[in-house]
Amino acid sequence: MKRSGFTSVSLPVMLLLPQLVIIAVFFYWPTVVALQSSFYLQDPFGFGSTFVGLQNYVDLFSSREYRKIAGFTVIFSALVTFFSLGIALVLAVKADKVLRGAKTYRTLLMWVYAVAPPVAGFIAVIMFNQSWGPLTQFFGLFGYDYKVGVNYNDTAFSMVLASVWKQVPVNFIFFLSGLQSIPRSVREAALIDNRSASGRFWDVTFPLLAPTGFFLLIINITYSLFDTFGIVDTVVKGEPGNNPMTLVYKVYVDGFRGNDLGGSSAQSVILMVLVLALTVFQFRLIERRIHYT
Amino acid sequence: MRKPKISTVVDHAVLIAGSLFMILPLLMLLQMTTIPDTELIRTGPSLTIGDQFDDNFNKAMFEASGFSGENTGLSMLKNSFILGIGFALGKIVIGMLAAYAIVYFRLRFATFAFWLIFTTLLLPLEVRILPSYEVVQWLGMLNTYQGLIIPLIASATATFFFRQFFRSVPEELVEAARIDGAGPVKFFIDILVPLSQTMIAAMFIIMFVYGWNQYLWPTIITTDEDMYTLVRGIKQIVQVLEGAVVPEFGRSNVLALVAVIPPVLVVVFFQSWFVKGLTESDK
Amino acid sequence: MKQVQLNNIRKTYPNGFEALHPTSFDIAQGEFCVLVGPSGCGKSTLLRMVAGLEDITSGELQIAERVVNDVDPADRDIAMVFQNYALYPHMTVRKNIGYGLKNRGISKEDIAAKVDEATAMLNLGDYLDRKPSQLSGGQRQRVAMGRAIVRDPALFLFDEPLSNLDAKLRNQMRIEIKALQRRLGVTSIYVTHDQVEAMTMADRIIVMNAGRIEQIGTPAEVYHNPASTFVASFMGAPPMNLLSATVVDGAVKLVDQVICKTQSQGRVTAGIRPEAFTLDANGPLAMEVQIVEELGAHRLLHGTMNGETVTVLVDNDVMAQTGPQRLSVKPDAVCLFNVTDGQRL
Repeated sequence: MKRSGFTSVSLPVMLLLPQLVIIAVFFYWPTVVALQSSFYLQDPFGFGSTFVGLQNYVDLFSSREYRKIAGFTVIFSALVTFFSLGIALVLAVKADKVLRGAKTYRTLLMWVYAVAPPVAGFIAVIMFNQSWGPLTQFFGLFGYDYKVGVNYNDTAFSMVLASVWKQVPVNFIFFLSGLQSIPRSVREAALIDNRSASGRFWDVTFPLLAPTGFFLLIINITYSLFDTFGIVDTVVKGEPGNNPMTLVYKVYVDGFRGNDLGGSSAQSVILMVLVLALTVFQFRLIERRIHYT
Repeated sequence: MRKPKISTVVDHAVLIAGSLFMILPLLMLLQMTTIPDTELIRTGPSLTIGDQFDDNFNKAMFEASGFSGENTGLSMLKNSFILGIGFALGKIVIGMLAAYAIVYFRLRFATFAFWLIFTTLLLPLEVRILPSYEVVQWLGMLNTYQGLIIPLIASATATFFFRQFFRSVPEELVEAARIDGAGPVKFFIDILVPLSQTMIAAMFIIMFVYGWNQYLWPTIITTDEDMYTLVRGIKQIVQVLEGAVVPEFGRSNVLALVAVIPPVLVVVFFQSWFVKGLTESDK
Repeated sequence: MKQVQLNNIRKTYPNGFEALHPTSFDIAQGEFCVLVGPSGCGKSTLLRMVAGLEDITSGELQIAERVVNDVDPADRDIAMVFQNYALYPHMTVRKNIGYGLKNRGISKEDIAAKVDEATAMLNLGDYLDRKPSQLSGGQRQRVAMGRAIVRDPALFLFDEPLSNLDAKLRNQMRIEIKALQRRLGVTSIYVTHDQVEAMTMADRIIVMNAGRIEQIGTPAEVYHNPASTFVASFMGAPPMNLLSATVVDGAVKLVDQVICKTQSQGRVTAGIRPEAFTLDANGPLAMEVQIVEELGAHRLLHGTMNGETVTVLVDNDVMAQTGPQRLSVKPDAVCLFNVTDGQRL
C-alpha cells in the first residue's frame, strides 16, 4: 500500500465490491459446495444425500480405474512438460542467436498460443484419421497400424503430440524473454572467458535461465493437468470408453455424465489439494528468482 | 566478409523445422477446405489446391450445423466475439478497480480483501466445475451471456497484474496530484488510467484470447445452439463428423479456421504488447 | 615490441553508417593507452573490435604481432573489464575470478593459487564466497578486475569501468587501477568519456570524435599543444577559451589588441587556457566579469570579452570581483586554429 494513500473509505469499498461479490458467488460458494458434497453420497433418484464421511475418497483410492487414470495423468504430464520445455528451449536458444529473420521466426513459433485446445485436438483427429490421416500413413510406412480411439497407447500419443504442439509457444516466449534479459555484457564476458559455445551455454546461460525454467515447470504441469481438457475431449470424440483420460476429464465425466456428485466432488477436492501444493511450490520458487538481481 | 558458418546454417535449419512443425497443421486444415469432401475421404489432405473454398465457407458461415437450425457459423462467430470482448473488458475493469482500491487507499481490511482475492488464484475452474454449474443454474443464468462471462471473471489474474503495476508507479505522482487538488476519482481517471494504457492493452489481448478459447465452461453452460461459440462448436463438429457417411470436412475445417484466425491475428499484430503482458503477468 | 597494431581499421554498419573511419595506430608493450571522446565518437566500437565482440569491416588488427581479425575473443589472449562489471550473477566471487582459467585447462591448484594472488592484490579476501548481488559497486569492480588480472593476458581492455561509481570512489579507483597496471606491466587500452581520467591515467591519449582520431599524444602534449579546437575544448576543465581574432600584417589581433605573431592570414581562432590569462590593470584586453566562482584553491572568473564568453582562472590569493577587468596574455600561450576546420595552424 502506498504511504500516501487516500483516506476515503466508502469509495474503495465500492471499488472492491464487484470483485468480492463475484468471487464470493462464483468461487467460494462452489468451492464450499464441492468440499461439502465430497462427504456425501447422492441418491441416484434424487431423493437427497447421506453423509458418508471419507467413504467417497476411500472408494476412489481403492478403485483400479481411478488409479489407472491417475497414473496416466502423471505420465501424460511428465511427457508433455518434458517435450514442450525441451523443444521450446532449443528453439528459443536458436531464435536468440540468429541475426537474420529473428522477428519472423518469433512470429511463426508463437502464434499457436492463440489456438484453442479443442482445435488442437481436432487437428490431431484429422492427422490420425484411420483411412487417410497423414500421420497414420506415416506410421503405415513403418508397418505400424495406428488406431487412434481404439488403441490405448496410440490415443495417448496423439494427445501428447497435440498438447506439446499447443504448449511449445508459451514456453518459447518465456524462454526467449529470459534469454534476452541476461545482460549482454555477461554474455560477452563469457565469450572472452570460454571459447566453447556449449560450455558457455551450460556454465552461464542455463543457470541464469533456471528460474524461468522452474517457473515454466509449474505452469506446464498445471497446463497438462487442466488446460488439456479440450484436447482430451476432442481426441476421444466425446466417448471416453476405454480411452486414456486425465483426472480432470474424469471429474467431468463422472459429474456430468455419470451424475455421481459425491465421487466427482471428492475427485475435485483431491485435485484442489494438488493444485494448492503446486502453487505454493511455485511461489516459493518465485522468491528464488529474485536472488540473482 | 566471412562465409556463413556451419553453426549458423544449423541454427536456421532448426528454426525452420520448428516453424514448419507449428504451421503445417494449419496449412493442412486450409488445404482441406478447398477440395470436395468426396475426394477428401479417398485421398486425405494433399498438396493440391481446389476451388471449393467459397462453397465451404458459405456453408460453414450461413448454414446451420446443428439440430435446431440456430447455430450458423456467423452466429457462433458473434457469440465468440461477445464472450472474448466481454470477458476481457469485465476482467480489466473489475481488476483495475479492485487493484486501485487495495493499493491506493488506507483500508483496515485491505490485507484481508487481498488474501480473499489471492486465494482465487489457487483453484482453477475445472476443480469446482460441477458446483459452479449448479450455482449458475440456481441463479437462472444458464444459456445467457452473463452466465457465460461472469463466472469466468471470478479469478484474480487481472487484479494481481494491475496491483503489481500500480505498486511500481512512483509515490510522488500521488503526492503531486493531491497538492494539485485531485481527489481519488480524478487521480484515477486523469493520471493512473492513461499511465496504464500499455498494460491495459496487454491485458486485453491476453484476456480476449483466453475468453475466446474457453471450451469447458461454454460446453456445460450453453445447451441452446444459438448461444454456441465457435470453440464450443468444435465439440459439436467432431460429433457430427463421426456420424456422417461423407463427413463434411471442408465445412468443419472452415469453422475450425474461423475459430482460430481472430485470436491469432490479435496475437500476431499486437505481438509486443502481448509478449509484454504475458511475461509480466507472472506473479 | 608493438603489442597492438591497428592498420586502417574501419567499421561500417549494414545500414551504411560509418562508426569508425579507417584508423591506424600502434600501442607499445606495457603502455597504458586511453581512448577518450564524447558519446558516439567510436571509442567503444574500436575497443570492442580489438576484443572481437564486433566484426572488423576492413583493415588489419594485430595483437602480439599476430593477425587476429578472425580469431575468437577467447583466443586473443585478452581480458576485459566492462562498464557494468558483467560478473556472473550465479557464481561466487571465487568462481567468477577463476572461470576464465578453468576453461583453459589450468590445474585446480594453480587456479586456486592465482585466485588467491589476485584476491590479495585487490583486498577481496573477505568476499570470496559471496555472490555479486551481495557486493557493493566498488567491490564488484574489484572482482571484475580480479577476473582480468588472473588471466595474465597480453592485453587489458577497459570499457569505462568507473562510470558507474560515485565520484569519491572513482577518484580512488583511478589511482588503484593505474598503480596496478604499473605493477603488472600489462599493455592496456582504456576507454572513457571523462577527460580527467584520461589525463591522469594515460601514458598516451587518443582523442576521438565522430569516428576519427583527432590527436594522439601524451597528456602534456594534448593539453599544451592541442591539434584542433575539438581537442582544445574537450581536454582540460575548464576548457580552453576559443576567441575570434584577425591577422593584420602578421600580427594576431584580439579586439584590435595584438597578442602574438603568425605566418597565417585572415581570420583565425585564438585558443587561450583560462590559467594563461593574467589580471593586469594595464593589460591590453578588456573583460566584463559577471560571475566569480570560488573553488578554494583557485577562483574562476566568468564573463565576456567583445561579446564572446571567456573564463579566467586565478590563484586564490588574487583579488577578483565582478565588473570591468583588464587582462594580459603571453604570446606563446596562444594556440591558433583555422577558422573553418578547427585544425591547428
